[in-house]
Amino acid sequence: MWLWGSLTASGAPPSGSLHGAAARVDLADLAGASSLGGRLETLRGRTVLIAAQDPLTSALALIELDGVARRMVLCPPDLTPDQAPAVMRDSAADAYVTDAGAVAVSGLEGLRVSSGPALQPLGCARRRSHDTEWVLLTAGTTGAPKLVRHTLASLTSAFTAQEAPPSPLVWGTFYDIRRYGGLQILLRALHHGSLVVSSAAESTADFLARAAAAGVTHFSGTPSHWRRALMSGAAARISPRYVRLSGEIADQGILDSLRSAFPNATVAHAFASTEAGVGFEVRDGLAGFPAGLIGAPGAAVEIDVAGGTLRLRSAGNATDYLGAHAPALKDSEGFVDTGDRVELRDGRYVFIGRSGGVINVGGLKVYPEEVEAVINAQPGVRMSLVRARRSPITGAIVTAEVVLVQGAAARRPHDVVKGEILEACRRGLAAHKVPMTIRIVPALEVSPSGKLVRPDA
Amino acid sequence: MSVRATITSLFEQVAREQQRKLSPLSDDLTLLGSGLDSLSFALIVARLEDKLGYDPFDTAESFPVTFGDFVRLYESHSR
Repeated sequence: MWLWGSLTASGAPPSGSLHGAAARVDLADLAGASSLGGRLETLRGRTVLIAAQDPLTSALALIELDGVARRMVLCPPDLTPDQAPAVMRDSAADAYVTDAGAVAVSGLEGLRVSSGPALQPLGCARRRSHDTEWVLLTAGTTGAPKLVRHTLASLTSAFTAQEAPPSPLVWGTFYDIRRYGGLQILLRALHHGSLVVSSAAESTADFLARAAAAGVTHFSGTPSHWRRALMSGAAARISPRYVRLSGEIADQGILDSLRSAFPNATVAHAFASTEAGVGFEVRDGLAGFPAGLIGAPGAAVEIDVAGGTLRLRSAGNATDYLGAHAPALKDSEGFVDTGDRVELRDGRYVFIGRSGGVINVGGLKVYPEEVEAVINAQPGVRMSLVRARRSPITGAIVTAEVVLVQGAAARRPHDVVKGEILEACRRGLAAHKVPMTIRIVPALEVSPSGKLVRPDA
Repeated sequence: MSVRATITSLFEQVAREQQRKLSPLSDDLTLLGSGLDSLSFALIVARLEDKLGYDPFDTAESFPVTFGDFVRLYESHSR
């Protein structure tokens, strides 16, 4: 199985298009033309970092490289020049695809291939030589991304068994297509229609206007994306038949808001993660999921709750993490522990947060330890505890409690100390990881085993 | 301080902190056109909850689109 092969399996070229912010590419044109500047064959058998800034360019590269590259690594646009060399090393990459806007590639070595949506003649028929591995990046405890290995089969398992829709769909997604949630939508759209590709450079209203012009029928995003769309006042421009939420807890408030904003649409919330793949989709308009999904016999996705967290086992699970000293991705029974805590209430499981304190800010993971490390490196700080606070805008925000060293530091005005801590966080961390509030506290609870007590989310 | 004055001063304070250029606040200014991003709004809503003691988004029927909507959401909750 390879992507181009499955898109042309009927014998006819694919009929859909990819609508980027600045360019549109008809998939049928890829039969005889390439986005890789005539250098597709030089990438055969290699491990390739797809490190373009423009999401449309990345989408074209991955369509062309599946079946050709040994392995491809999808770099999200926020990958920094500091992180990129480690990603290259851990994935054993020997080539990278890039475009004019890419910032992460400044320190990279290996074969460099420039890419873009202006297609050039391919010169030969497309052919498959490799079962390409797909590697996605996800946030890690230390700030360095973790590399998650998938196959095309695992990435498409959630929908390959479904019947093709009677007419082509036009998908839109607020997600970047290089993250798991966006890649799911890209792959569905390639098989069943077209995709309007979002761009970080574009306002929500402009993106929605572009999606409306393309006749969008299906639309996906995180609850935070959708809240932002509702706040933009431009949500009424689109009239999708299907509205999908994933990547964060979908609370009853956002489900109700979307039902009233899109009365003719099916509003569905899906559970999925980069490591566990797609778990399930809930279409009854209620938060959480029916307890009957647990242990359902013969299900393609086995769902289990152990120790209060959700575990999944399915063909959609990732294979493993890449890199030296990578932790195990599955437990001894082959389940992926999602780290999402659930609680049974009246026959329904509801999501109550993440184990290990991982904070989900607008769909982006924040490890408290990473933020605490920056705070604790400040002079005068004894220790700190970073935790989530609920937010109706981004789902959660980051807050910090800080204990100062006794003596001179503790006697300085607290506002000055807090200002210094915030300044250090802004310098050293992405914006969504910077604490929104900092409280100076006299002490933090430490367990008998000597660990900071982290309250359950 | 009135709810409106509290909200106005918080918008200005958060814009300064987040180093964002705030458009002049008027009732028909759209929130996403104000120069603030989602994280800034999350911060404003959290600080308002600390100051006023409530989060009207809990029970809001629809999301505020303009600055005027935002102020009314808080004012109607306080009554």
